[in-house]
Amino acid sequence: MAPSPGLTPSQTVGPFFAFALLGTVGGELVPPNTPGAIRIEGTVTDGAGDPVPDAMVELWQANAEGRYLDAADARGFTGLGRSGTEDDGRFSFLTVKPGAVRGADGVPQAPHVDVFVFARGLLKHLVTRMYFPDEADANAADPLLSSLDPADAATLVAVPAGDTLRFDIRLQGDGQTVFLVV
Amino acid sequence: MEEMTEPGTSSEGTVPAGPAPGDEDPPYLYPDYVATRLRAPKRPLVLLPQTLTELSGPAFGEGAVGELDHDLTRQHDGEPIGQRIVVTGRLLDADARPIRNQLVEVWQANSAGRYRHEVDRHPAPLDPNFTGAGRCLTDDDGRYRFVTIKPGSYPWQNHDNAWRPAHIHFSVFGRAFTDRLVTQMYFPDDPLFDHDPIFQSVRDPEARRRMISTFELDLTEPDWAHGYAFDIVVGGRAATPLEH
Repeated sequence: MAPSPGLTPSQTVGPFFAFALLGTVGGELVPPNTPGAIRIEGTVTDGAGDPVPDAMVELWQANAEGRYLDAADARGFTGLGRSGTEDDGRFSFLTVKPGAVRGADGVPQAPHVDVFVFARGLLKHLVTRMYFPDEADANAADPLLSSLDPADAATLVAVPAGDTLRFDIRLQGDGQTVFLVV
Repeated sequence: MEEMTEPGTSSEGTVPAGPAPGDEDPPYLYPDYVATRLRAPKRPLVLLPQTLTELSGPAFGEGAVGELDHDLTRQHDGEPIGQRIVVTGRLLDADARPIRNQLVEVWQANSAGRYRHEVDRHPAPLDPNFTGAGRCLTDDDGRYRFVTIKPGSYPWQNHDNAWRPAHIHFSVFGRAFTDRLVTQMYFPDDPLFDHDPIFQSVRDPEARRRMISTFELDLTEPDWAHGYAFDIVVGGRAATPLEH
């Protein structure tokens, strides 16, 4: 086997990606009016508490049966979504709640979506998870959530807000979202 | 990467925000790049045991890209102004194995150093025949290929008289989300390298070198275009990525 060629370093997505990255993959993972569709909204803020108006949020999740797509799924639900933030830092997705996925060693995990954040000023993207507020028992037993201080775990659980789920992402400062090394 | 595994017996751990020793990636906080100061997380990142969530990745089918998506010089009625270039290389894992059938997205400024983006205020001309966005899927050898024009350098407001070295942005998916990478491809011998905090944020000189494409005479198209080679190597902590 050839020696490792060495990994390619990460660089910031910069401020000018929208025309290239947001046209082909959007924030609607399912068509409107899909039974069980949920709206996920949130705001990305920086260390001064100001909105980040030029971030891209990617969402990656299993389908409602807790299965990641294979090629046969690729024409329908892909499990991948993208939303650019607006001037007020807000992003938005329409999706379905994923089924539970087992983790390492078959340990059950609470339903969750992976969230990736890209922005000017982020030399490497950030990874976090969003969990669901109506899964108290599963969340309490989740290997990641249960390993965190309650205040930190709370940064990973969405908050009901009318008929949407609110998931704010704080890059720095008080209440900073817990970010993950994957 | 093993060096990211923190001491302790728990499968959970923390690592400092930023690279572990030997990591190729830049730190989140690199004060010379001013925008990192309020956006870099200050608290340690949490090591997540790898699960199917992160070891899965999107499958991109045949219909994912259009016929001309890889050719940025043929997306309008006329040809863009600039030096035509072919940019090609392979998407590889850390063991130099090709990653097939994965999406590669690129975007760039035009030859005058202007992006087709409403927020770009650089007073250089837009080119009506150049959008600056391309997509393609890697082939069975992991190879991608774009035809475009060489981007110009442009000023930015990071510090006094700041100019970015010419670059093409790349976004790639590997086999799994542990492979996800957004980076920038640079051109050889750019005099701006020493003055650019984004390029310099990668502290390892050898790692910086891997962001610089190489001019390859074999890749030129005689009487038509220059050619540059740029391989992209991705790999998260997974020693044996999940195959689909």
